Amino acid sequence: MQSESALRLVWIYPDLLSTYGDQGNVLVLEQRARRRGIDVEIVHVRSADPVPESGDIYLIGGGEDRPQILGAERLRRDGGLQRAIARGAALLAVCAGYQIMGSSFGGDEGQPVAGIGLLDISSVRGQARAVGELVAEVDATLNVPTLTGFENHMGVTQLGPDVRPLSRTLVGIGNGDGTEGCHSGRIVGTYLHGPALARNPGLADLLLGWATGPLAPLDDGWFDRLREERLAAVLPR
Amino acid sequence: MSQLPLRAQVASVLGRTAATLSRMTGRGDGSVIGGRVGLVLEPDLLRKLAQDRKLVLVSATNGKTTTTRLITSALDELGEVATNAFGANMPAGHVSALSQSKRAPYGVLEVDEKYLPEVLDTTGAGVVCLMNLSRDQMDRAAEIWLLAQKWRRALTGRAAHVIANCDDPLVTWAATTAAEVTWVAAGQRWKEDSWCCPECGGPLDRKDSDWACRECTFHRPEPHWVLDDDAVIDPRGQRLRLDIQLPGLANRANAAMALAVVEVFGLPAERALPRLSEVRSVAGRYTTVEREGRQARLLLAKNPAGWLEAFDVADPALPIILSVNAQGPDGRDTSWLWDVDYRILGGRPVYVTGERRLDLALRLDVAGVPFQLTGGFNEALAAQPPGKVDVIANYTAFQQIRAEFGRAV
Repeated sequence: MQSESALRLVWIYPDLLSTYGDQGNVLVLEQRARRRGIDVEIVHVRSADPVPESGDIYLIGGGEDRPQILGAERLRRDGGLQRAIARGAALLAVCAGYQIMGSSFGGDEGQPVAGIGLLDISSVRGQARAVGELVAEVDATLNVPTLTGFENHMGVTQLGPDVRPLSRTLVGIGNGDGTEGCHSGRIVGTYLHGPALARNPGLADLLLGWATGPLAPLDDGWFDRLREERLAAVLPR
Repeated sequence: MSQLPLRAQVASVLGRTAATLSRMTGRGDGSVIGGRVGLVLEPDLLRKLAQDRKLVLVSATNGKTTTTRLITSALDELGEVATNAFGANMPAGHVSALSQSKRAPYGVLEVDEKYLPEVLDTTGAGVVCLMNLSRDQMDRAAEIWLLAQKWRRALTGRAAHVIANCDDPLVTWAATTAAEVTWVAAGQRWKEDSWCCPECGGPLDRKDSDWACRECTFHRPEPHWVLDDDAVIDPRGQRLRLDIQLPGLANRANAAMALAVVEVFGLPAERALPRLSEVRSVAGRYTTVEREGRQARLLLAKNPAGWLEAFDVADPALPIILSVNAQGPDGRDTSWLWDVDYRILGGRPVYVTGERRLDLALRLDVAGVPFQLTGGFNEALAAQPPGKVDVIANYTAFQQIRAEFGRAV
């Protein structure tokens, strides 16, 4: 399976940050690449191990407060992800993983915890938990259809001038200011589970395209049916 | 408990009346409403009802209802047992269960994981059975590391005797603060929530069933009881065959936990085992229902660890119907489907149904498992050739199927 030309997907810290089905993001990327004839190699990096720098797309998921703090500390100490991003690799960071990419986030007692600063954002612990379906219109420059997903977090995230909002929310809380997630360079951050790429194959193709160049279109049968059903269930008539 | 103060007696009686009305009007089995009425009238009712009884609290992510049933069946050997057999596992359900068996000297209470500290505090139960903790309905359930910490605090400085599964690191961590612990090596199939040390966050090294933290001293305690395939080895080294009707490794683990619990009550395993083998189904789980020549065996699986257990029970030679909902009790977020490895179903006919069948359909498509989408359970059943079929459903999907068959199962 391993070859020079294979697309390398690196799943960061499944032992700490994957408690919300975020493994699905890796599986969807793998399927969509393979269906286009692209070889895929998947690397799982446990938190005791170094993050390889040679990946094409990195993924990090959601998790509890304590694993989030541990994950941030280990990523900072390791430095592999930061070097990979400097090299031009793509990254999808979800929920707790999204917050870690900023300058700081709220810890289990609300205390500020340092992130790794790959995104110009900072997060704090909000008053109420944001739980439920979310729908949002994606930044037009990305050419990705309406976002759908499920959010479940306490975070309020403030975006700095070096990032753009990923989307504007129609339903749901997201960052807390009418936007959801953010993007900058080849990094996408989002609060969305579902998993995010299973609900939004367009977002999966955005990441794949960054890594491999223009993509052949796919028949999105089951993806489209699920999206239609979810959007119809959630959007006000 | 026959000496309840007047106010508590009235509260208890009115609660039972509400329960009866609930059953008569077909609104439910009455175990929650009755308890709620009682608790409103007398907030201290649970404490009063629990007084002077020998109680065991049973908690875990999976297997609570079944293990509660197994322990209850065994303790029947010693005397009358009060229990919340219908899985109403919060304080209202406990009040209802204890009210209905006023004179029972024993009580076996299934307890929701979040409520364990409160119920332990209120009832002062002498025995606590803790089996496993894994990710479950994340939009409403507590985070499990946090949950383990709450259990740990609740057990600190209390005279309770804990029976805990030492193959689950998180459960072990929660139980180590207890005054007395009986460790049961009951196995752990789902390991995705315990790769990190609950004590320090370091990596856990695992070799067979053994585990130890690479960075601190936290490690698996020496078990007193060991589940070994279809047998259990007791603290004296005696090997007892687990001749039970309930299928699968998870139920043999539940039975091993039950045997360790009832020994604390003075019931030897030899006397308990025949009682355990009488249990054939638990609140519809493992029951076979029949319609037009199709015999469907019902398996309940509410979370990724539960699906692994159900796959262990399901017969690879049979077709399988999968049904998934996302109502409140199921958790409204279906993301967890992606934590289940469905590839094991490849090669058998798979039928997909439930209110969130499209989530499941996409999941199976990405896993490369062929399936047939159906509009409902009856359609899925009718699509089978006559004969046996396995059914795996999550909570409300399971209850809908039971309701189809008049809850007679």
